[in-house]
Amino acid sequence: MKIVLMGQPNSGKSTIFNHVAGYKAVTSNFPGKTVEYTSSKVNLFGEIFEIVDLPGTYSLTSFDLAELEARKYLLRNSVDIVINVIDASLLSRSLELTLQLLELKLPMVICLNMIDEAERKGIKIDVEKLSKILGVPVMPTIALKGKGVKELFSIAYKMGEKKKIGKTLNFSKDVEEVITQLSTQIKEKQITREFNVPKRFLALKYLENDSYFMENFEKRGKDIFKDIIHFQNKLSETHNRPSDVVISSERHSLSMNIFEEVALVTRPQIKLIDRLDNTLMHPYFGYIFLVGILYLFFNAVFTVGRLIEEPLLEYFYKIIPLIEIRMGSETLSFSIISGIIQGLAGGIAIVLPYLFPFLFGLAILEDLGYLPRIAFLLDAFLHKIGLHGKSIIPFMLGYGCTVPAIMATRILESGRDRFIASVLATMIPCAARMTIIFALVAFYISPQAALAIYILNIIVIIISGKILSRLLPEVTPGMILEIPSYHIPSIKVALAKTWLRMKEFIFIAWPLLIVGSTILSLLQYYKADMLINNLFSPLTSLLGLPLVVGTTLIFGILRKELSMLMLIQAIGTTDVIAVMSTTQIMTFTIFVIFYVPCVATIAVLWKEIGSKRTLFTIVFTSILAVILATITRFVY
Amino acid sequence: MTITLDSISENQKVKVVSIFGGWGIRQRLGCLGIHPGDMITVKKSAIMRGPILISVHGNQVALGRGVARKVVVEAE
Repeated sequence: MKIVLMGQPNSGKSTIFNHVAGYKAVTSNFPGKTVEYTSSKVNLFGEIFEIVDLPGTYSLTSFDLAELEARKYLLRNSVDIVINVIDASLLSRSLELTLQLLELKLPMVICLNMIDEAERKGIKIDVEKLSKILGVPVMPTIALKGKGVKELFSIAYKMGEKKKIGKTLNFSKDVEEVITQLSTQIKEKQITREFNVPKRFLALKYLENDSYFMENFEKRGKDIFKDIIHFQNKLSETHNRPSDVVISSERHSLSMNIFEEVALVTRPQIKLIDRLDNTLMHPYFGYIFLVGILYLFFNAVFTVGRLIEEPLLEYFYKIIPLIEIRMGSETLSFSIISGIIQGLAGGIAIVLPYLFPFLFGLAILEDLGYLPRIAFLLDAFLHKIGLHGKSIIPFMLGYGCTVPAIMATRILESGRDRFIASVLATMIPCAARMTIIFALVAFYISPQAALAIYILNIIVIIISGKILSRLLPEVTPGMILEIPSYHIPSIKVALAKTWLRMKEFIFIAWPLLIVGSTILSLLQYYKADMLINNLFSPLTSLLGLPLVVGTTLIFGILRKELSMLMLIQAIGTTDVIAVMSTTQIMTFTIFVIFYVPCVATIAVLWKEIGSKRTLFTIVFTSILAVILATITRFVY
Repeated sequence: MTITLDSISENQKVKVVSIFGGWGIRQRLGCLGIHPGDMITVKKSAIMRGPILISVHGNQVALGRGVARKVVVEAE
């Protein structure tokens, strides 16, 4: 049986999904975090279910790519039952999507999630009455605590077997008349066959002027087209507003009426957390807190990381010479073993100490709901580089990993904004590059130098954004972004999310690292690395870097952190400062941050913005890296 | 008196009269509960002609200045 979770953004679909499927879908407190569907086979009540977590969508008239994905899935796949997840504290608005789902005539169950939050806001819902009005079962849940989730799936299972569909609720009489007349035309002309949706649903989409359905009829003769225009005009004339507004207003008032019938609204309990916005979104203090929070965050990551890195590195300093004495430095087996050990050491001592606190901190900020607030504060600044506030969300995620950052650009409405945001996101130092900045620059030079790199990076991104928006002069559509209530983050969920993101490093990057490190050892043993180094010598001599750095740059394309770990291997010591000057460390770091995105990023760019624009990004960032690193060499 | 939403000061409550703007913006705002006839409270206004934060049906929404300019409202 296939169960699909559908609902408005930030209603808790992924939290419910994770509750039954294990932590597989990233959850966060901002609308639009799920951009691709996740599905999982789950054994419940002795039967195998396929559960699908769809991106959140405000309505079935879709705008951005993530919403389109959700609708496409629903229309193209055979679904046994839909679980419509609703944020109970936003019931009246959420019902507008519910009404549209009912129009699709699919078996459905409603999940009134965050029911505790609704009660705190003073909204008490008569669950039975709601179920009676809509003709489908309604189950209250608190997904974060797992309350009611099991019962929800048990009802969903039963309803899926029965294939029970809900009621279709009627609009005002005159609007219904137009809908019926258009539906009759649709039936006569057999339009529904192609879309496989009920005729009333299709009639409504036509009256709403939905481009997806409108585009298709042009191919199949103009007969129905005339009818559609006729009925659209009829509605807009009688109501004195565009036909799409007539339909959305009808749905809106129907939802409000249902809400008033089933909900009892009393005074909300105001908690301290609700007052946070008075400071965090304050026109002046908001910015002070933003800088302070980010500073504390990175400071904490560095402090924790260094505390772990130092003793571990010391341990590895000692172990390698011991093996060298025992095996002899010129033997093949020592080359292989030292390669493996360097690879292991790089992961344990250099990457993980910074990666874990960083990802954990990011998870806490996300779950609290701080990201949309940053979007609000920085909207005006982002307009200066031709984007709007929402693009801060991919940028912030970019500090974690560039791949989800580029995926997150799907929440932006225009293709041009997505392209600019994607290119800029590749330049943001992801967690892998953060480990280079922290473990090389902050560790060997000074924390201030690391901070300077971050500031320089932001300046370069602003200038690049200006250049790109000049090249593509188009006004960005304004920001429309829901600012969700704060949620106190759950440590358990934050740890699960951190683990999900760290798995990527542990199971993909680390083995690659050990293999890479061994290969480099072998290359050095057979003196083959000099071939590559000589090939790169024009670049390394331009940047004033040691010749041996050449090979490491190739590894950096596979994974950014590899270039640093390979550097350690190439220069033959974990004590970098003994071999490279501070200027060289700085130049190397700047170059690695900006040059060519890693392989995984290139792959996702290719998918999201196409081959030409990906190629552009590679060339653009490489030129930028060479220029910036050369300047660093002479200036720093 | 009708004015556009971007010129409303903080903590003022207004009623939406109409939305000037294409199909996309009408639909998008409608989804967030902003239709003609709805009540809106302006809660915050960012500096440097940044966005405004409004409260509508108990929910907070940030609107860019350009978007707010397309919403015609009536002060109570």
